[in-house]
Amino acid sequence: MGQEMKSNIYTRPNRLLTFLNSKKVAPYVFIFPFIISFTLLTFYPTIQAFVMSFQRILPGQTEFVGLSNYRRILNPTFYQAFQNTTTYVILTCVILVTVPIFLAAMLNSKFAKFSTFYRASLFIPSLASIIVAGTVFRLLFGETGSSFANQVIGWFGVEPIQWQYTSWSAMFLMVILSSWRWMGVNVMYYLAALQNVPLELYESADIDGANVFQKFFYVTVPHLKPIITFVTTISIINGFRMFEESYVFWETNSPGNIGLSMIGYMYTQGVQRNDMGFGAALGVIIILIIFVISIIQLNLTGAFKRGDE
Amino acid sequence: MKDTKTMLIKVIINCFFCVISLVALFPILSLLISSFRPSSELMRNGISLTIDWSNLSLNNYLYIFREAGDYWQWYGNSLIITTVTIVLSLFFSSMVGYAMAVYNFKGRNFVFLLVLLILMIPFEILMLPLYQLFIDLNLINTYFGIMLPLIVAPIAVFFFRQYALGLPKELMDAARIDGSTEYGIFFKIMMPLMLPSFAAMAILQGLSSWNNFLWPLLVIRSNDMFTLPVGLASLLTPYGNNYDILISGSVITILPIIILFIFFQKYFVSGLTVGGVKG
Repeated sequence: MGQEMKSNIYTRPNRLLTFLNSKKVAPYVFIFPFIISFTLLTFYPTIQAFVMSFQRILPGQTEFVGLSNYRRILNPTFYQAFQNTTTYVILTCVILVTVPIFLAAMLNSKFAKFSTFYRASLFIPSLASIIVAGTVFRLLFGETGSSFANQVIGWFGVEPIQWQYTSWSAMFLMVILSSWRWMGVNVMYYLAALQNVPLELYESADIDGANVFQKFFYVTVPHLKPIITFVTTISIINGFRMFEESYVFWETNSPGNIGLSMIGYMYTQGVQRNDMGFGAALGVIIILIIFVISIIQLNLTGAFKRGDE
Repeated sequence: MKDTKTMLIKVIINCFFCVISLVALFPILSLLISSFRPSSELMRNGISLTIDWSNLSLNNYLYIFREAGDYWQWYGNSLIITTVTIVLSLFFSSMVGYAMAVYNFKGRNFVFLLVLLILMIPFEILMLPLYQLFIDLNLINTYFGIMLPLIVAPIAVFFFRQYALGLPKELMDAARIDGSTEYGIFFKIMMPLMLPSFAAMAILQGLSSWNNFLWPLLVIRSNDMFTLPVGLASLLTPYGNNYDILISGSVITILPIIILFIFFQKYFVSGLTVGGVKG
């Protein structure tokens, strides 16, 4: 009797433990946190983003308004935000995809003496938060004649510029801030990829009498193609996500909306004006734009073709 | 002839990189030097090349250490949030990544597809519905609300999975024969083997959390819950009279990170280049 009770007490938890410990069940226990977080933090908000975009959301009452939010999107402010963001994406892509290739190739050559120091210096800007970086850039590009930027252009006889108040210089500020922060990280991507270029190719190019530039364009660049595609993709996506680069200069009120990005527009409408339905509709449009452009870009670079990694 | 030419190229390239390094470090260095200048002058003139050396003082730092209780509250918030985010996100993400690498289970490929999918959806798009959800769940203005979106990071899951694919699976069978449970295998045998990947991910997650701005900006409602970026941003107005705290506070925010970077450069680079996530 005593024996039986004892085994009863011990078999029950044992069975549960054995169940949890079986090779079939354990992996599901391991991935459980992901399932929860995916459902709560990605799946639900994704569905909700679409639902909300058809609603007008007021505290305590929510009504379906059909396509009305989407119709309201086609307004001059949105065009301005779209234009700003697109310009920003193009400029940051051109700078952050091409310049690091040259820097990495030179750093990787036998000529660069203190390569470790150069790499570290290039990388350090990525450690700064956007707020710290933005604070410095605001002060460097101050509007008075004695700010650093105006002193430098003064050497060339250019009048002081009110950097934060004209359209082209506003774009310049955001692009240069972003380029400064992310240059080093992209150099690291290319440097890692350069390690995989077979050295024999350079040797045989030497035998054929190729010069430095021919070697760069005919040996190095083709081998970097997959990583170039990758860097372009993240630059496009990060460009369309732009918000903070504008926020540090003007918060959400840039003069004449010269610094307004699409995410910034979504933030002001959705959060500050509490027009969540309209904000959600903007989000849907932004994701569609990113999606379409990514597909076009990946098609152009041939990433979908077979045999291209 | 050939030697002089090589020499010349060497000199040119090294000079070029000295200039590039200077340009890259210049904003940080100028921030450091400016932190010793009177804040009123900074506010009026910005950072300028003409420095009045006799004017430099430790006043901004004395002020922040003695008077700026708010700033240290933000510092504490950021430290707590970053530490807890690192611990929780490494714990959960490594579990998930590990299981996806070493087990053959039904739905594994589907889960991996989901991880890649989340990597491609910009967080900002989900921001409004999440914000609404967090309001409904009463998570607004709480530490947990600030941290939650970073806790199971798809990028970390992806990284741990790649790393765990290279683990020796024979060890698992040996441990099973010795009577170890599946969880014992992970915590006692495999986790120690995954340590290098933990270092890189701790840095990535730590930096993302320390520098995170947009989500905390949405969720935080009161000054005493501010994290460093949100707090510093609140001082960043043209009409502000807190430039002393803004400048010395920015230095104190970034200096520990740079010191850590100097010692753990390798892990910083592998952490930050894992998928090009923006901090």
